[in-house]
Amino acid sequence: MPKSLSSGAGQQPHDHLLHRLHDLQSRFLHIPPLEIAPLATELDLPVSQVESVIDFYSFFHRSPRGRFDILFSNCTSCGGLTLMQQLCGLLGVQPGVTRADGMVSIDQTSCVGMCDQGAAVLVNGRTLVRLTAAQLPHLAQLVNTATPLDEWPADWFAVQDNIRHAGLLLNDTLSAGDGLRAAVQAGADQLLAEIRQASLRGRGGAGFPTAMKWQFCRDATAPEHYVVCNADEGEPGTFKDRVLLHSYAQQVFEGMALCAYVIKAQHGFLYLRGEYRYLVPSLEATLDAMRTANLLGENILNQPGFNFDISIVLGAGAYICGEESALLESLEQKRGVPRVRPPFPVTHGYLGQPTVVDNVETLVAAVHIAVHGGEWFRAHGTAQSAGSKVFSVSGDCTAPGIYEYPFGISVQDLLEACGGQDAQAVQIGGPSGTLIGRAEFGRKLAFEDLATGGSIMIYSAQRDLLAVVRNFTHFFAHESCGFCTPCRVGTPLLRKYLDKIASGHGTVYDREEMARLGKLVKRRSHCGLGQTAANPLLDLLAKFPQVYAERLLHQDYEPFFNLDAALTTTRELTHRDDAEAHLS
Amino acid sequence: MSNTLFIDGQEIPFAPGQTIMDASLEAGIYIPHLCHKPGLTPHGSCKLCTVEVDGRSVSACTLPAAAGMKVDNNTPALQEVRKTLVQMLFVEGNHLCPTCSKTGDCTLQALGYHFGMLDGHFPPFYPRREVDASHPDLVLDRDRCVLCELCVRASREQDGKNVFAISGRGASAHIIVNTSSGKLGDSDLTLDDAAAHICPVGAILPKNHGCEVPFGRRTFDLHSVAESDVAHVGLQKTEHHDE
Repeated sequence: MPKSLSSGAGQQPHDHLLHRLHDLQSRFLHIPPLEIAPLATELDLPVSQVESVIDFYSFFHRSPRGRFDILFSNCTSCGGLTLMQQLCGLLGVQPGVTRADGMVSIDQTSCVGMCDQGAAVLVNGRTLVRLTAAQLPHLAQLVNTATPLDEWPADWFAVQDNIRHAGLLLNDTLSAGDGLRAAVQAGADQLLAEIRQASLRGRGGAGFPTAMKWQFCRDATAPEHYVVCNADEGEPGTFKDRVLLHSYAQQVFEGMALCAYVIKAQHGFLYLRGEYRYLVPSLEATLDAMRTANLLGENILNQPGFNFDISIVLGAGAYICGEESALLESLEQKRGVPRVRPPFPVTHGYLGQPTVVDNVETLVAAVHIAVHGGEWFRAHGTAQSAGSKVFSVSGDCTAPGIYEYPFGISVQDLLEACGGQDAQAVQIGGPSGTLIGRAEFGRKLAFEDLATGGSIMIYSAQRDLLAVVRNFTHFFAHESCGFCTPCRVGTPLLRKYLDKIASGHGTVYDREEMARLGKLVKRRSHCGLGQTAANPLLDLLAKFPQVYAERLLHQDYEPFFNLDAALTTTRELTHRDDAEAHLS
Repeated sequence: MSNTLFIDGQEIPFAPGQTIMDASLEAGIYIPHLCHKPGLTPHGSCKLCTVEVDGRSVSACTLPAAAGMKVDNNTPALQEVRKTLVQMLFVEGNHLCPTCSKTGDCTLQALGYHFGMLDGHFPPFYPRREVDASHPDLVLDRDRCVLCELCVRASREQDGKNVFAISGRGASAHIIVNTSSGKLGDSDLTLDDAAAHICPVGAILPKNHGCEVPFGRRTFDLHSVAESDVAHVGLQKTEHHDE
């Protein structure tokens, strides 16, 4: 344990830099400059480390936000940017600019994981769902009268699970401790053998064999071993971990304890995305109940030396921290920049110690395997993709929500289950995944065909797919960590090309250059973010070429410089909008 | 199998623990690079040393060499990728070579010449970045920073200090100084520190020595960046090996 995290083993570590910055942000509505050096001294960190973390994470600000800081998701499923403009009008603010009286600020944020119940916003970090235009005058009034959030209508904050189809895991009724009791009875070797027998693969999307990961970590000799649950579910369109953490949290933590039992870890972390802050109280309550039941703590289930506890660390708005090595950097109170690999986290993870980083759903599956055995699990799904998958289904369908099916279900079958048969396209695995058209709806959701972390975003014929892809491309440019040249420079350039084409100023040359650059960013970037950032625009080009063709200018060249756009500011400043102020 | 690998078909030896870059530098084979400097922890961020091993794109500076490894380096496709990356670095910052006192001694510029780069090609970002002239002997001009972190690493690993860090995210990433004021003048950086001279571009420059070595007589005016035996020279006349 690092000194800074040792206070109250298992408690939410108050001394973590991210938590201290969250505190400052909510107390002062920004990070006051005069607080930074004392905080660095207190936490024994270089002042540059504190500064760099403040500027890395989206939820920390250098200048005061409003007493009500309202962030609208800009996701294609749970976003509401039209509502944002309406609310800005009602409250007399510009997006991103705090109102002069300091009461309110309104801005955009990346997907908040409420894709089955949008439009969604964060108000001072609290999640508000199913927002409609009809609510806006009431909301504006509550803001203008400075009504505390606790007095806002409670149903505005009522996040629903929306489990539409439960399967192998979600239907299974386990009691607290079933997995751990089975594990300690069988022993760590047997548990690992069952996980191997089950052919369990990581549910984050990459599909690495879980038993192999646990084995590598267990075999690595070091003073400490760690278990980290990756609950930084930031892929737009994904929200299944939200439901697992809300209604199956006991199993998530138990899965971590099982892993700890195998790799001999004494401490674990749940790295929770900042957008799910509202879950922290219930998660802490679950942890406390588990400690009381001797499912966490010392000599778990009376096994001498089986000591394990879990801390929750809250992220602060950075998609990249879902990448496991970036997550570890963030846990170590640094910017979330993916590490160079090798070495891999299983040998050099948190604080350089062997660390298993597993997806929320993987850990839940491990508990069920511990109880029912590997054969039971392997009997479901396909040969290469054992078990079931929990899908987050959103977009243009009649019943968005959680669908659990055995691996191998076709896209078409899933569309029929959720009432999304009218789709012209489906984004499998979120923006970093694969865009498919009707011709591919027969493909299977499985590691060997369409691998996915679970995000299924459905787009009907009424959707402008170029707008969708433009949204995704903006997302990646916003979330790039800035470490490597291809991604740091490439993603904003791709954004420029798409903006130009979408605005009707692009030529064939621009489209070709965008594709060339897109392939470079995909092939040469340091981590998965850059390696997938161009997928949406390249997929659209390959599968829906007419969407681009319809927007292109039929001329050889059009400069990026746009005279009309460049004159906009001048027109505003001079209050002139007559013919002579329009030179083009 | 013996400890050798193949770069573009040429067999070269390597010692256990060496990267592809280490082995190639020792063998006198040039793999383009910007953020790498022997003696400092490899970084792998600029991606100019991108090579292909069995068709897989990797950074030569961070990937450990392995026996029998077949590395593609000097291929037309990879040279095109590297040229594009150099163009991307140019448009990202504010690089005005004709008015920069580092011209002729700048690795970024030399790489541009090496790859036959004729323009920035992409729309320039024109970022607003701060210049810090608070230090008596050195100036920090962020307009030219390429985020290679050589100064960050040199300060920590060679000078035993911790003067620099990278802050921010994505296109807003920028170099900062580890002082409460954020000013270089308040740091313990001194002119004889490695970090004061390691900048491959003109982001960290010594004051008062701007044109001692005349244009046209500087390192890369006389040598290609690909020549392996060219010692690094600063802008101060006394250090110039050609004088």
